Amino acid sequence: MLRYIARRVLLTVPLLVGISLVSFLMMHMAPGGPIGAGTDLNPKATAESRARLKAYYGLDQPLHVQYGRWLGRMATLDFGDSFSPDGRPVAEKIKERIPITLTINVLSMGLIFLVAIPVGVYSAVRKGSLFDRISTVAVFTGFAIPTFWLALLMMILFGVKLGWLPISGISSLDYESLGTLGKIADRGRHLVLPVLLAGFGGLAGMSRYMRSNMLEVIRQDYVATARAKGLPERTVVFRHAMRNALLPVITILGLSVPDLLGGSVIFETIFAIPGMGQLFYQGVMSRDYPLIMGILTIGAFLTLLGNLLADVGYALADPRIRQG
Amino acid sequence: MSGSRVIGRDFARRLLRNRLAAAGGAVILFFFLVSALPGLFASHEPNRIDIVNILRPPSGAHPLGTDDLGRDVLARVVYGARVSLKVGFVAVGIATALGLFVGLLSGFYGGWVDAVLMRFVDMMLCFPTFFLILSVIAFLEPSIWNIMAVIGLTGWMGVARLVRAETLSLKERDFVAAARAQGAGDARIIFRHVLPNTLAPILVAATLGVAGAILTESALSFLGIGVQPPTPSWGNILTTGKDNIEFAWWLSLFPGLAILVTVLGYNLLGEGIRDAADPRLKGR
Repeated sequence: MLRYIARRVLLTVPLLVGISLVSFLMMHMAPGGPIGAGTDLNPKATAESRARLKAYYGLDQPLHVQYGRWLGRMATLDFGDSFSPDGRPVAEKIKERIPITLTINVLSMGLIFLVAIPVGVYSAVRKGSLFDRISTVAVFTGFAIPTFWLALLMMILFGVKLGWLPISGISSLDYESLGTLGKIADRGRHLVLPVLLAGFGGLAGMSRYMRSNMLEVIRQDYVATARAKGLPERTVVFRHAMRNALLPVITILGLSVPDLLGGSVIFETIFAIPGMGQLFYQGVMSRDYPLIMGILTIGAFLTLLGNLLADVGYALADPRIRQG
Repeated sequence: MSGSRVIGRDFARRLLRNRLAAAGGAVILFFFLVSALPGLFASHEPNRIDIVNILRPPSGAHPLGTDDLGRDVLARVVYGARVSLKVGFVAVGIATALGLFVGLLSGFYGGWVDAVLMRFVDMMLCFPTFFLILSVIAFLEPSIWNIMAVIGLTGWMGVARLVRAETLSLKERDFVAAARAQGAGDARIIFRHVLPNTLAPILVAATLGVAGAILTESALSFLGIGVQPPTPSWGNILTTGKDNIEFAWWLSLFPGLAILVTVLGYNLLGEGIRDAADPRLKGR
């Protein structure tokens, strides 16, 4: 097992180098190179920040030297200073934004599991039933609904028409004056819609995935054996079939990282949540290149990490993988 | 009658018998028609500003209401269909062409060509697609052409892997060996024998890809970094919907419905093509 993990970790090294190479090239292929892009198109880049940028990239050096330095800085997560007026280090800005993004995504992942797994299992067990047909239609609709549109509709319904839930930010104006319980309740009320919407995209996919896994497993010989032994259907479904159908779901968890990150740009922007997605959007709108490259790189790291965890988790759960 | 024509007719019959796929196809045809003859569906100009009638709810004169500049929402949704269609098809065209090229090269030649290309695909797949698209757009000017190019250039990796896998198995088949024995060169084998046999999975991927591209374009336009006003796109009408969320629900509802129905149409057709091409996969 340890050998499998070690081999799998080693495989990520060339990809890490690849990520750094792609982001390095992107910066240099931008119209006019990193300095030109910043100065031509970004009115906020002052002469001083331009000079700082030039020194940062060491543009007088040959390309391979520049890349070597870039690689060294990426290893220490040093992405330079933001173009924005505060001019703070990009790494610092990202670090303070990550927790809220992760919190929302983890919560929504929990929601996906709670809803999608029972729906998928039940549709598979009762294949062709009314429930299966309704959930299939819901899944197809779910795939086709633009999340940001659903967010708008929910804001109109729960925020504007019914007035039940706040529609922007993560805390009310009087947040500081609230007691501990009040603070938790207030934060919770602000997070309901974002978590629901962050999870929505994954719901359809996950329940469909669970359904087809379950259908696959239920056809297997050992399930027939369990039935032949006279075990109650409930035991067959939950103890024998579902356990094995759940295995590949671990993989999906790891592989959904890039989609969740992309989605966070959209819902954080809509709900004015100060997370990494909103920071990225602001960076794109103000052409803050160091910030953009920093978040792009962090996003790629997280994706790679997700892939790695998916593979290792699957190998832990399924001995066939690590031996094969 | 040639054998391939019989297979084609069989395929078409299976596809049409699938009611959901046929409905999807009908939706797509409808929006083609809307894009080709927008004047037939909208009686107003999409960009005619009417300051007297701003933010009017749906009525006889404006069936879907008016926006914050008094423009007819129905007309904007109708003309927005063109944008979606154009972005969807051009972006997927780029992605499919690139994916085909890389996949065929990689699968057919193998060896170091394959190793280099597939590591590059792995690398590209490390970047969250939406992040990558936003980053590239930050370096360029947001415009419909750049959007199409960027969506296409960041969406080819799946097709490449698919084509590579198909090519790997196809090139070992007897009919390829037979063609080789008859003295066919690489180009002839690739284009006459391998490529035609990869078309069914590619068609499925492309149909689903159009749906994805339309969703991405609408999200980008919604965020203000896609199709720029005054050109109407479903995404940027929704931006005005968000800005007027407290007064004008019709600005948010209708463009989103158009996106939903269109994307659903392409998804259903795509699934239908998959089932018709390979009936064994049905119901999965």
